[in-house]
Amino acid sequence: MAAPNYITAYAKIRSGKVILNGETGYSANADEPAADFVKAAYKHYELNYPKFYKMDQLCRLAFVCSELLLRANKVTANYATEDIAIIVANNAASLEIDTEHQSTIADADNYFPSPAVFVYTLPNILIGEIAIRNSIKGENTFFIFDTFDPRFMNSYIHSMLNTGRAKCCIAGWVDFYENKYDAFLYTVEQTNNGLGIAHTEEQLNNLYK
Amino acid sequence: MNHKTHIIADNIISPLGFTSAENFEQLKQMKTGVQRFETSALSSEPVCTAAIDSARLNREFGKLNVTKPYTRLEQLFILSISDAVKQNPAIDLTSPKTLIILSSTKGNIDLLQKAEADKFDKKRLFLWETGNVIADYFKNSNKPLIISNACISGVLAIIMGKRLLEGSEYDTIVVSGADILTHFVVSGFQSFKAVSNEVCKPYDASRDGISLGEACGTMVLTNKQQQQSIIVTGGASSNDANHISGPSRSGDGLILSIEKTLKEANVHPSEIDFISGHGTATLYNDEMEAQAITTTKLQDVPMNSLKSYFGHTLGAAGIIEAIVGIHSMKNNTLIGTYNFKELGVTLPINIIKNTQTATINNCLKTAAGFGGCNAAVLFQKNTESN
Repeated sequence: MAAPNYITAYAKIRSGKVILNGETGYSANADEPAADFVKAAYKHYELNYPKFYKMDQLCRLAFVCSELLLRANKVTANYATEDIAIIVANNAASLEIDTEHQSTIADADNYFPSPAVFVYTLPNILIGEIAIRNSIKGENTFFIFDTFDPRFMNSYIHSMLNTGRAKCCIAGWVDFYENKYDAFLYTVEQTNNGLGIAHTEEQLNNLYK
Repeated sequence: MNHKTHIIADNIISPLGFTSAENFEQLKQMKTGVQRFETSALSSEPVCTAAIDSARLNREFGKLNVTKPYTRLEQLFILSISDAVKQNPAIDLTSPKTLIILSSTKGNIDLLQKAEADKFDKKRLFLWETGNVIADYFKNSNKPLIISNACISGVLAIIMGKRLLEGSEYDTIVVSGADILTHFVVSGFQSFKAVSNEVCKPYDASRDGISLGEACGTMVLTNKQQQQSIIVTGGASSNDANHISGPSRSGDGLILSIEKTLKEANVHPSEIDFISGHGTATLYNDEMEAQAITTTKLQDVPMNSLKSYFGHTLGAAGIIEAIVGIHSMKNNTLIGTYNFKELGVTLPINIIKNTQTATINNCLKTAAGFGGCNAAVLFQKNTESN
């Protein structure tokens, strides 16, 4: 019989709102430009991480969401660094910054590709940023789906925990493209160290909505 | 768990050939696919890359009698999967128990260029749509799983295949990885000053950067009983948690991946007969690997890098290099590392210089990439019938 596993905390950033464990936190007008809103949220929560300003928009969104999640549930205090997995998916991969890199090479007379831009043209860099910030060394995988896929995420993360490949998972969805943004990150553990919501496809669906 | 993960078919499309056998024959003779191009659409300066001959690609794709337009990347996926699938009549792509896993770092990124953008719907830029296009072509009803995790994508895709076959949902998984050469990628690595002016020299004292390439590799996995085969016995990924574009100095991330892989496979370091390394030929990557290989007590195991044959093929690399490893196991032949002359890392790892014969029961494949990610996967000869 497979262990039940629990969603122990979650954070969402969407439509000008930060939501932490179901409670609305910092908010602004839903039509505030995405980049401005993420930066304002970073300042509001005094996250104080100078590297934030070097990051592309996708990583900034992931960073703010992961900081708030891990403030609410400091899993790094409870698990060995190699036992925490980070499993994230999105729709647009890194197309936001890809478009920027392409604009730097499109014109031979105005040619200025930059390593500081190019390094972000991979979606899994956001996992790297979360890993660096929190010294997390476990499993990491970035998936691409057209929409958040609670069925796959639920079944894969159950299998990760039940086979011992990880003891805790930071999982979710972080997407940023053409001024649209959507972040939903959550922690899954084998024991109830927080919200104690059963880790099921239905619950993931409800929490993501 | 009783069932094992068997590899029952494979294909490589690269500048060295359009089948695994054709590629392996060229590798045995140590012929490289990396060439110097004085002029190309990829770069304003001369550049050494491993480019697939477009005329041959058109010819091979033409044989499929396809009427709809497909991008270069999609053509590679379709040709590679088609060749792998026809090798074994038991593979049924239309079965609901068959899943396709795709691995690619940049997908159809060439469609960002003005000249290409008009030929296809904008949706085609998205990797999930690449999945839809490939699944539709093969009439597979499952939504493909797409992995885009820098240069470990291919190894991760194989690991995912093994993990999903431990469950009961699927009995066959087609793992295919591809990336193409684009101005986008070449200019980016050039801006990093990471590209060598010559054919790259993995682990060598005079190595000075990567060569880029394009390829597609496909591996078909099943949990159905087989007579004799190569099986996937373990695999793991990890993160350095150190730097987004440079590897850890100590190799501690890669060490974790290797240790977890050996533990899962229940294999001791002394039982590993061959390591298919990452070997990009940058100063830091190759040194990091030497540290990790030594710390995990694998420093005496014969090891190669295929980057000086295929170039760095990003999302395809882990899969095509693993397939060559599998053919090495089947043919008792270790491929020499082209362009390797003198060891240039600070620890004495055992780099294979010339192609040689050897019995290989356990082959370890490793990979590392931007974002601090690392992965390892282990292949084993299966002599029992199960």
